[in-house]
Amino acid sequence: MSPPRFPAGARVRVRALHPPGHCRTPFYARGRCGVVLGVIDHQPDPEARAYGRDGLPPLAVYRVRFERAELWPNDEGGGRDAVVVDLFEPWLELAAEGTR
Amino acid sequence: MRGHHDHAHPHRPDLEDLPRTYAMLLTDAVASLLLAKGIVTPDELRATLETIDSRSPADGAKVVARAWVDRDFRARLLADVNAAAAELGIDAGGIPIRALENRPGLHNVVVCTLCSCYPRLLLGPPPDWYKSRAYRSRVVREPRAVLAEFGLVLPEETEILVHDSTAELRYLVLPGRPPGTEGWGEAELAAIVTRDCLIGTAVPRLPTAQRNGPGVAPGAA
Repeated sequence: MSPPRFPAGARVRVRALHPPGHCRTPFYARGRCGVVLGVIDHQPDPEARAYGRDGLPPLAVYRVRFERAELWPNDEGGGRDAVVVDLFEPWLELAAEGTR
Repeated sequence: MRGHHDHAHPHRPDLEDLPRTYAMLLTDAVASLLLAKGIVTPDELRATLETIDSRSPADGAKVVARAWVDRDFRARLLADVNAAAAELGIDAGGIPIRALENRPGLHNVVVCTLCSCYPRLLLGPPPDWYKSRAYRSRVVREPRAVLAEFGLVLPEETEILVHDSTAELRYLVLPGRPPGTEGWGEAELAAIVTRDCLIGTAVPRLPTAQRNGPGVAPGAA
């Protein structure tokens, strides 16, 4: 189990991947930027477990906060509301400062 | 319910007459295989179903009521719901459950957009709407509109955090204790913590008789 790559407060982008088969990354978050709230757990990779493998070593699971305007740029209102998603580390990459 | 019996009800079909969906057939097939191959015994299967069916939102309400009256317990609950529930003799299962604390100006609501993950071993089976595509797709996009349909209208300045439980973690909302409940016992407090309060689509309110005028979401101002 390697130490988590992203500290709390890091601005990350969810990789816009579309792998075949089972995964736990909702489509609405792919390609979107959010802020790491923290690592909430380490868990076996569900993408491997779905096919009978053990998914080890466990992956860091992050809570990532996405502002509503980032997820739904065409919607109006609800400016302060946000969505927090549990995401596995391989799906995340550091976002450049100031990018959306 | 006024007028409920003013109309004729359609005959309610027997369970066996309803269409068998793909998911129902798949569930039956997998269960048959698990039994046929001896991976689980019929007794184990029944015992597990009975355990899940025996759980109800009352267990979650009990945990919340304790957190309202015991500051140290509240801290332990916010760190680890499973361990805190065990202190009250509640076995919340092996999947980690985390508490989301409502505070003045912050309201939490839980969804699983991918399927219907829910802390079943603490709260019992989820309501049907929690599993519906409408709730799952809409609450992340327009939480205010969805909560309003549940009768929960929050002030503009209250931030709504929608938690999508996409990993092997479950979430329990720790609602705010409403004013007017000072001096109440734990059982009395637990009685106003409904299932929806634990999901975040409602907030605890005093029974109408004990309320002066229309209720306002506690901690929401």
